[in-house]
Amino acid sequence: MSITVETYATLAEATSAMRDKTQFLGGGTMVVRGINYGAQDYNRVVRSTDAALRGIRNEGNQISIGAGVTMSQIMASSSTDFLAPVARLVGGPAIRNMATAGGNLFVRPPYGDFGTALLALDANVQMSDGQSLPIERFYAQRDSQRGIVAAILLPRPAHGVFRFRKVTRTKPKGASVLSIAATLPGGSRITEARIAFGAMGPTPLRAKEAEQALEGASLDATGIQRALDTCLNGLDPSDDSLASGWYRRAVAPVHLRRLLLGKES
Amino acid sequence: MTKSPVQFTLNGTETGVFVNGGANLLDVIRREAGDLAPKLGCAQGGCGACTVMIDGETHLACLTLAETVEGKRVETATSLANGPQLHPLQKAFVEGFAAQCGFCTPGMLMAAKALLDANPSPTREQVTEAIAGNICRCTGYEPIINAILTAAAELRGRISA
Ligand SMILES: Cc1cc2nc3c(=O)[nH]c(=O)nc-3n(C[C@H](O)[C@H](O)[C@H](O)COP(=O)(O)OP(=O)(O)OC[C@H]3O[C@@H](n4cnc5c(N)ncnc54)[C@H](O)[C@@H]3O)c2cc1C
Repeated sequence: MSITVETYATLAEATSAMRDKTQFLGGGTMVVRGINYGAQDYNRVVRSTDAALRGIRNEGNQISIGAGVTMSQIMASSSTDFLAPVARLVGGPAIRNMATAGGNLFVRPPYGDFGTALLALDANVQMSDGQSLPIERFYAQRDSQRGIVAAILLPRPAHGVFRFRKVTRTKPKGASVLSIAATLPGGSRITEARIAFGAMGPTPLRAKEAEQALEGASLDATGIQRALDTCLNGLDPSDDSLASGWYRRAVAPVHLRRLLLGKES
Repeated sequence: MTKSPVQFTLNGTETGVFVNGGANLLDVIRREAGDLAPKLGCAQGGCGACTVMIDGETHLACLTLAETVEGKRVETATSLANGPQLHPLQKAFVEGFAAQCGFCTPGMLMAAKALLDANPSPTREQVTEAIAGNICRCTGYEPIINAILTAAAELRGRISA
């Protein structure tokens, strides 16, 4: 199958070149894999060399991550040090030199670990047409749009508030049985917790009942129990070669408990 | 089928090729440029046999669209030896039985080269991490890890000598 590859100097030109059967190219780890295996749903690839896609910038108390920033760049930048442990768990070293933050927002489970972290961090997704969407809304409409993500904007969490855990069969590299990201502000009494699960549905999903159950709670065995009891509500994991949906549901509360208590087992 | 021109430096040599739309860099290196060092294993990023360096960073050639290396510096395991003189990594792989069937070796060497370029004194754990994306079905990895540590020591010795 022949694929047309079009390169545009500006994001604006690339945006107007997007139409049916077209994929925007990030690092290509999934797009080119699709081409290698004869993907039928696209025959056109659009890419842009616009510098706006690259670069991590501090904008007041917000951090802007260009959609084309790679996992290796996230690991190397002091502005995104709190995200380095997440980026480090995406694929092996060569994948991390290629895989972009923008691309991670579009991948299907079991992938999407970085997007899961962004969901728990209340990020905003900035589209190339100027629209800015809260990440949860972005995910809800992701599969029905074909816009280009220009950047991701997120507040820097206070020290120690953000936590992440990825459960894999193989180490140091492996796709997720599931991943969990949480922001837990408030110290001894949690307020406005965010809990996001990856590989527990078609996109990363928030466990809203568990978030509410943590309101005012302390992070001890009693304080978190109601969050554990309700964390599966709204999640819809599927079966794949790594784990069945049943298994994912069975172990998700166990891993949430470990994450909330800051324990390994 | 329309072809696009792509120019890049392959192992220090200016290379110009016409590529089919959607061709990956691995195909171009092997079929058009005739460098058979990087291997086609899985074509989906899982095995690392096609690992090359692009502008000094490891990339998977099978997942890289050829068009995207325009103007860039691409290095394969072919770049390591200097004529008959093996690179310390290659020498350590041979002497430490780190290659059996040899299929993963060109990718392993590039992953190891990238590590040693950035970190001349890696720990065993850092070596394991650096080759985490490269699968070897023969050796059980221990000889490979040992060979990389041996080569690192030799390269450090050369620098301090
Ligand atoms: C061997 C292997 C291991 C992997 N391991 C992991 C892992 O551990 N965790 C994980 O989360 N993922 C993993 N992945 C999946 C993938 O590499 C990452 O999710 C990566 O971040 C995807 O980004 P990309 O830039 O390579 O995407 P691409 O392949 O370029 O694109 C993926 C999708 O996103 C769209 N897209 C990309 N950028 C944009 C943009 N700016 N605007 C709009 N659409 C865009 C593309 O059109 C396409 O539909 C792995 C992949 C491989 C091959």
